[in-house]
Amino acid sequence: MHEYQMGKGLSFQRSAIALTWIWLSVFALVPSFLVFITSLLTPGDSELVRLQLTVDNYLRLFQPTYLRVFLRSWTLATISTMVCLGIAYPFSYAIAQMRSTRVKNLLMLLVIVPFWTSSLIRSYAIVAMIKARGIVNGFLLWAGLIDQPLQLMYTDMATLIGLVYTLLPLMILPLYVSIDKLDKRLIDAARDLGANKTQIFFKVLLPLTLPGILSGSILVFLPAMTIFYIPDLLGGAKTVLLGNIIQNQFLAARDWPMGATISVALTLVISICLFLYSRKFKNQQEFL
Amino acid sequence: MKLGVGEAPNIIEFKNVSKCYHDHPVLTDIHLEVKNGEFLTILGPSGCGKTTLLRLLSGFESPSSGTITMNGEDVSELPPHLRHVNTVFQSYALFPHMNVYDNVAFGLRCKKYGEQEIEKRVKEALRMVKLEDYMMRKPQQLSGGQQQRVAIARAVVNQPLILLLDEPLSSLDYRLRKTMQMELKQLQSQLGITFIMVTHDQEEALSTADRVIVMHGGVIQQIGTPREVYEEPANLQVAQFIGEVNIFTGEVLKADEKTFEIELETLVFELNNVKNFEVGQRVHVLLRPEDLEVYSAKDYPEDPGPDERTYPATVLYAVYKGSTVDLSLQLNTGKHILATQFFNEDDQKLDFTPGESVFVSWRLGWEVVLPEEG
Repeated sequence: MHEYQMGKGLSFQRSAIALTWIWLSVFALVPSFLVFITSLLTPGDSELVRLQLTVDNYLRLFQPTYLRVFLRSWTLATISTMVCLGIAYPFSYAIAQMRSTRVKNLLMLLVIVPFWTSSLIRSYAIVAMIKARGIVNGFLLWAGLIDQPLQLMYTDMATLIGLVYTLLPLMILPLYVSIDKLDKRLIDAARDLGANKTQIFFKVLLPLTLPGILSGSILVFLPAMTIFYIPDLLGGAKTVLLGNIIQNQFLAARDWPMGATISVALTLVISICLFLYSRKFKNQQEFL
Repeated sequence: MKLGVGEAPNIIEFKNVSKCYHDHPVLTDIHLEVKNGEFLTILGPSGCGKTTLLRLLSGFESPSSGTITMNGEDVSELPPHLRHVNTVFQSYALFPHMNVYDNVAFGLRCKKYGEQEIEKRVKEALRMVKLEDYMMRKPQQLSGGQQQRVAIARAVVNQPLILLLDEPLSSLDYRLRKTMQMELKQLQSQLGITFIMVTHDQEEALSTADRVIVMHGGVIQQIGTPREVYEEPANLQVAQFIGEVNIFTGEVLKADEKTFEIELETLVFELNNVKNFEVGQRVHVLLRPEDLEVYSAKDYPEDPGPDERTYPATVLYAVYKGSTVDLSLQLNTGKHILATQFFNEDDQKLDFTPGESVFVSWRLGWEVVLPEEG
């Protein structure tokens, strides 16, 4: 009977693993492989692609236009991540310090609630806030702080606001988890040993919440690099970012191989970053 | 090196210290003077305020009223990182992201000592707790006892005036706890600094301390040497908390300056009237189990009679403990008492069986008398 149950457990385990692999193959591996193949083909005039292998697309990546867009996206994503971190760390810390678990949970729920609405709709809401006759300008004009409406729409600032607003919860959640589970007695111990507030932060708090900071940063940075509708809606034509350029190649320029090439390059860069991250934290997993 | 008690100045003074949380008093009117180089234990049941008292010393709490001075300086409002006090925490609170060396060096690095000086002092501290071979280990790679030693080294490396220990041995097993108690005692005489240790283990409190503070309900019930606290408890709470005790209660029948007579469980005793009891007053007579002597009725076939001041009793059960036998007895009056008998090379007649008839007496003068409270 024991063996029978073992056998049953094993077959369940096997089918679960098989299902996972099928799922991953159909929805991740095969599409990625198709994208990679496409990146090696030649763009055609009448058809989507011509079945002629080439590495030409990859060489085109090093044209100044693409490098500039990549750098721009990288910079904007980095700034968004920094701003998110700057807002999320004190916020998560303050919530983690609260005594009542009910209040904590309620506040975290409020952080998550906007996720239940499509982020596209929320981006339109930002448009309503910051456009020339929008709520922000309306208020500032009414309060007499400005004479003319501020140009907020279609600037990098608008894109930044949109990215930070949309991605902030992705920073708060992992940060909150790592700050909340931090043993508060370690802070007491540091104070007892003579550490002032700055020393406590840099010697105890920061190293012990670093995993939360890095996971949050990855969760914010990756979408910030590739999300295309936010720069499209808020940044306008002036802000061309990586996500927009991929979208353009596929939908407007009809250059599928080039779009695929940029996607592959982006995936590669991100994979390298994730690999370095996992390497760095392999040794520290035991206490986290 | 260690200053003799009596000539040493007070390193800590509490004057009228009280602490409330949301109008709920946790400590009431604490007066305390600690001499430099003393080993003090704070003993009491959980919720008696002993941890709060320790947190007032470390600076994590400040008093609601009253003043605390250390080395003559008012520290009532001084934050922890500015006090010359270090704590060994109950669960050690070692930094998991640092190895043993960095943990011990933490305090010195915060105070910006040079790395050479730090290395010298850290190694010395680790040698003292016999962990110099474990410098590169992470805390989670050490046993409970080793983590305990790191916590001690991390505190004493800062050369504090006072070392606070918050139930430091509570998570160790019995044998290791015994060893660590001895080591703490040695360490304290080696360092010559004041140790204040919180514990709820009365044996630990008595065996390590120069003086014991017994707390109950946020009030200091008694401060005294282990012997004073055990043999002359200030009140019933202290007596009941420290060791087992049999309490007899009766009314004073006759009294003069020297002696008083009291009836306890039908027998009348004449005891020394050290506390000036008056006729009619109700008095507790406290007897430790080891103060009682138990004779088997087989050895005394005849009832010695009321003049001998012995109680006839029945053995309920006997617990053999190696060098002693603990007896649970019921007096013929119905009262339950505990008695401990010591083995003696000359006297092997200690095999008591349940249901056996015995006589119980105590050596007059070994009892503690207390007036009935409230």
